[in-house]
Amino acid sequence: MGSVAEDVTPTVEKKKSSSNSTFTRVIKYSGFRLLSLFVTVVIGIYLTIMIANMGGYVDQMMKAEIQERITMQIQMNPAFKNLDPAEKTRLTEERIQNEIERLDLDQPLAIRSARFLKNALTMNLGRAQHMTSDSGSRNVRLIILERLPYTLLLMGTSQLILFFSTLFIALALSRKYGSFWDKVVIALSPTSAIPAWFYGIFLILIFAAILRILPFGGVIDAPVPDDFLGRALSVLKHLILPASAWIISTFPLSIYNWRTFFLIYSSEDYVDTAKAKGIPAREIERKYILRPTLPTIITSFALLLIGVWTGATILETVFNWPGLGRVIFKAIGLYDTPVIVGTTIIYAYLLAATVFLLDFVYALVDPRVKIGSGGKS
Amino acid sequence: MKNFISTFREILKYPSAIFGSLVVLALVVASIIVVVKIPYSEAINIWRGGEEIVGKNPRTVPPIWYNWFRKDKLVVSLDMVEGDEGVTVEETVTEGGTNIKTTTFEFDYQYNSFPQDLVFYFTSTYQDKQPFASVKIFTPDEREIKAGSFAIGTTHTYPLNQDDKLRKKLDGVVPNIGLFIQEGDEAQKVVQGVYKIQVELITFEKDSTAQAEFVMHGQVFGWAGTDHLRRDLTLPMLWGIPIALAFGLIAAMGTSILTMIIAAVGTWYGGFIDGLIQRITEINMVIPFLPILIMIGTFYSRSIWVILGATVALSIFTGAIKNYRATFMQIKESTYIEAAKAYGAKDNRIIFRYLVPRIIPLLLPGLVSSVPGFVFLEASLALLGLGDPVLPTWGKTINEAYGNAALYRGWYYWILQPAALLMITGLGFASLGFALDRVFNPRLRGM
Repeated sequence: MGSVAEDVTPTVEKKKSSSNSTFTRVIKYSGFRLLSLFVTVVIGIYLTIMIANMGGYVDQMMKAEIQERITMQIQMNPAFKNLDPAEKTRLTEERIQNEIERLDLDQPLAIRSARFLKNALTMNLGRAQHMTSDSGSRNVRLIILERLPYTLLLMGTSQLILFFSTLFIALALSRKYGSFWDKVVIALSPTSAIPAWFYGIFLILIFAAILRILPFGGVIDAPVPDDFLGRALSVLKHLILPASAWIISTFPLSIYNWRTFFLIYSSEDYVDTAKAKGIPAREIERKYILRPTLPTIITSFALLLIGVWTGATILETVFNWPGLGRVIFKAIGLYDTPVIVGTTIIYAYLLAATVFLLDFVYALVDPRVKIGSGGKS
Repeated sequence: MKNFISTFREILKYPSAIFGSLVVLALVVASIIVVVKIPYSEAINIWRGGEEIVGKNPRTVPPIWYNWFRKDKLVVSLDMVEGDEGVTVEETVTEGGTNIKTTTFEFDYQYNSFPQDLVFYFTSTYQDKQPFASVKIFTPDEREIKAGSFAIGTTHTYPLNQDDKLRKKLDGVVPNIGLFIQEGDEAQKVVQGVYKIQVELITFEKDSTAQAEFVMHGQVFGWAGTDHLRRDLTLPMLWGIPIALAFGLIAAMGTSILTMIIAAVGTWYGGFIDGLIQRITEINMVIPFLPILIMIGTFYSRSIWVILGATVALSIFTGAIKNYRATFMQIKESTYIEAAKAYGAKDNRIIFRYLVPRIIPLLLPGLVSSVPGFVFLEASLALLGLGDPVLPTWGKTINEAYGNAALYRGWYYWILQPAALLMITGLGFASLGFALDRVFNPRLRGM
């Protein structure tokens, strides 16, 4: 049986493959894997839908809210002032009924949740119940797409910088194990226990409140500069603090982890043998350390890329950055199930697809791995 | 025991471990003292109390230790009642039960700036005739300023800044400034020296009494300053310690121990149970962690204990369970387990007496290292406005400061104090966890 996280460790071939041809084995394995991943996604999404409704509890709240809002609307509206009370009641009832029908609240939760699930799985994200995009659309796809670039900009930039810089620094440090900088990294690694938003507050304090050289938050200056270059520079200026906060918080621990990882691999016997043979250090690094660690590096990179999707709700809150994390937070505040489910399903699909593809990537980069063989029960 | 001592010695080789243990120890001691000295109900009462509790505090002022680092001292808040130093009382009894009590408040004013306000609080007891109070101020430059005179009820508050008559007497300058400058001084230079405030309380009945209390709302207050609702921030700073520790430790322990036991059970029985645990873990990876917590906080309950339970439940089936499983797999094959099976040990005995103890050295560093994550999670949720509605915590303080644009308006203490405490707590546990990891994890030894 396949699994989401097992494949972080490559399935190493244990016995010689049987008479099955590679092709049928791969097909069989892929089919099985896809099925199991799909079932996982379905259950995960359904649970999310149920939690987003608190098992029907949210329905009660929404109905009460509709009742109150519409009664108030009709009471306050001067146009209905002279309306006969019975007529007014009828009108109120009718409007409440319309609103309940619009939001599908007259259907039992079981049916509605099944519909949510079907729409989610077919990526038919539908329309939001309360939220609108900045351009005024109720389309969930538009709401998400509108915010996606900001999240990609912030998280993508910082994650990519983090990944490559920490990897190379760690490699360099593992070479000079025990040096001054190595010790500095070890000493600093506990600081990564502090989350990014926390560093964000300090950065705002220093660079925005005291020095007044960078903005407190937001994504662009107001008024928006006219030319493209001005706009780009303005966005860049707003990007510096949140991106730095993210990088600072993860940097030491990330280097520490990679460095320790490389050190463990460089104490393998075959590395010693290679050294004894007199192979140059660069080549040892490339062939005997980086090569076997490649699956782990790729996994970490892939998970990092899909991790970008969820954004960083709290960092975005602190910096008032209009990314996806804020959208999810806002959607929850408005009980907007379609938006919550929409963001979740995309993440779930991305995760499942990545996990599925990683199996094949392992087989490509690591000759010890053979797809579908030596599988676990 | 010998083993334990040698492990302990090993740990003490790491300076970070010493730092971490000291921090953790200090936090534990501090939280015990706080919970004993300020019981829960009293803390809630102080934090959510009304005017009668917070009224005597100035609004959004920094803590008094700001003055240690300043040449130009900020005005320290004063609260004087009868019997305090600088307060003298003279009583003259006349016939017919009329009693004149003169309370003089004296204070040395050596600042270059002005207090927020000067407020008098009167309390009295009487049958029919209300006591009468009049306030006079003597400044160091020999001015004698008559402020209000009025009848007082059982309680009466007299803030000088709201006295328009007094303001007119001071050429239209607000009393908290006007009283401290020379008349007509445009530059508003403070006249330093001893100020005397004379409060005359006249009671007209035999058993009637009256007291006056003088409060000067300064520019610094208490050990942690005050917030926008005049609440003393010392309370959330102190009560934040036990709450953060309780949340962090319970969540970390609950998660690690449950994860370990579930992994052990799964590995031992294998088959269906093991498969089920694996599947649950995979599903849990699809479910978004933070949004789920936000949903529970928004829709269901913001109580810290509900959030704690949800956090533990969502944190059990994660990557950690796979790590434990891998280790248990190895242990399961060892010979002493075989021996236990051979002498007919029950499943429970093998799991809890043979499997689980072997993994505790692995569990401990992970447990300690995960504490900061949970402490900050509580703060993060509070920052999103989902903090516990009743308890004063560090995260909620930061949230309120943020909501009032504290950084923008220069009220840095409001954010920096809880932030510093959070950081010390986080770093303490993280350093200790790292050191433990390096001691207990044989692969990391010497790296």
